[in-house]
Amino acid sequence: MAAGSALTPSNYIEHHLTFLSKPVGEGQFWVLHVDSLVTSIALGCIGLGLIWWVIKGATAGVPNRRQAFVELLIHFVDNQAKEIFLHGDRHRFIAPAALTVFVWVLLMNAMDWLPVDLFMVLMGVIGVHEWRPVPTADVNTTFALSITVLLLSLYFGIAVKGLGGWIHEMFCAPFGSNPLLWPFNFLFNLVEYFSKTLSHSLRLFGNIYAGEIIFFLLWVWAATGVVGTFFGFFFGLGWMIFHILIIVLQAYIFMMLTIVYISMAHEHH
Amino acid sequence: MNINLTLFAQAITFAAFIWFTVKFVWPPLLRAIESRQKTIAEGLAAAEQGKKSLEVSNKQAEETVRQSRDRAAEILAQAEKRAAELIEEAKLAAKEESGREKAAAKAEIDQEVARAREQLRDQVAMLAVAGAEKILRREVDAKAHAELLGSIKGQL
Repeated sequence: MAAGSALTPSNYIEHHLTFLSKPVGEGQFWVLHVDSLVTSIALGCIGLGLIWWVIKGATAGVPNRRQAFVELLIHFVDNQAKEIFLHGDRHRFIAPAALTVFVWVLLMNAMDWLPVDLFMVLMGVIGVHEWRPVPTADVNTTFALSITVLLLSLYFGIAVKGLGGWIHEMFCAPFGSNPLLWPFNFLFNLVEYFSKTLSHSLRLFGNIYAGEIIFFLLWVWAATGVVGTFFGFFFGLGWMIFHILIIVLQAYIFMMLTIVYISMAHEHH
Repeated sequence: MNINLTLFAQAITFAAFIWFTVKFVWPPLLRAIESRQKTIAEGLAAAEQGKKSLEVSNKQAEETVRQSRDRAAEILAQAEKRAAELIEEAKLAAKEESGREKAAAKAEIDQEVARAREQLRDQVAMLAVAGAEKILRREVDAKAHAELLGSIKGQL
């Protein structure tokens, strides 16, 4: 706890759910969440930078452990891409994009493991009192990811089928090319795009946000006395361990869906 | 849930990270992995080749050993046969030689006997003549009685 206000469960949680916001213009929209941005950019740079650094010294001969680890990671992502994406050279875009998604989302999710209060104390030392360390618990981040994936799938859809072909598909698939069915097809496709993007984003957000909230509740419990501390520790540990699964699984799911959506954009109906 | 400018900032960040990975992270490692895979494939092929050639040379070696063994056996058989032949020949030669020597010895003995008989006959003839001379107390003309003496000699 950093701010000097009275420590009640609700303002403890509220405090931890407050973004470090910086208005850059008039209105509610023109606000930047500095914490999400800084954390996510830093994590992306660390994760991808490390991989890049290892790869810069990569050898075709016997790899050292660092390189073997990165190769394992890349093989893992590449295998997923290979199985799903059957529409050309996956190495040109989709596999590296999937790697980016996986590494970045995994690291952002993993911020959930940090002990929030200790983290806040450390941030307090440098004069920052509001900071949410988990970028994927910010709906802006997850929507940014899913909307980028949507734009990519629109781009590839048009690039692969041509604008005419893509529009034709918007109106003539999946029910058929009868003019009477055009509105239904179009509506169906709109709903599909919309729901894909929404679920893609909210699935990740929901899981990570919920995980964060549970941690807050456990830490609140831990502050209620010896018994609370014991159980807070006990369940906190359990939730941490369970979170290993959630964090990796959600990153994996997000990556898989990214591959699937972009692959679907390549398919002709 | 407050959607704000962060969304766009994050989207741009995401795009930049994707670009970075596509451009700088994926291709070099892919190259390294692919070239290693090639090396491994070549190594495996070479190993396979080596195994095959080993098999071939093993077979060849076996064949050579077999041939040598056969040849050795053949040579041995020939040598044995030759030895047997030599022994046989030597035996034969020895037998012939001994036969010849025996014959020569026998011929010599025969000759010796004949000569002795001749001498004996001469001496007996002379003894007979001398005896006759003594009996007759007179000289017997050897020339006049040569025919008689000759017939006596023939009867002996």
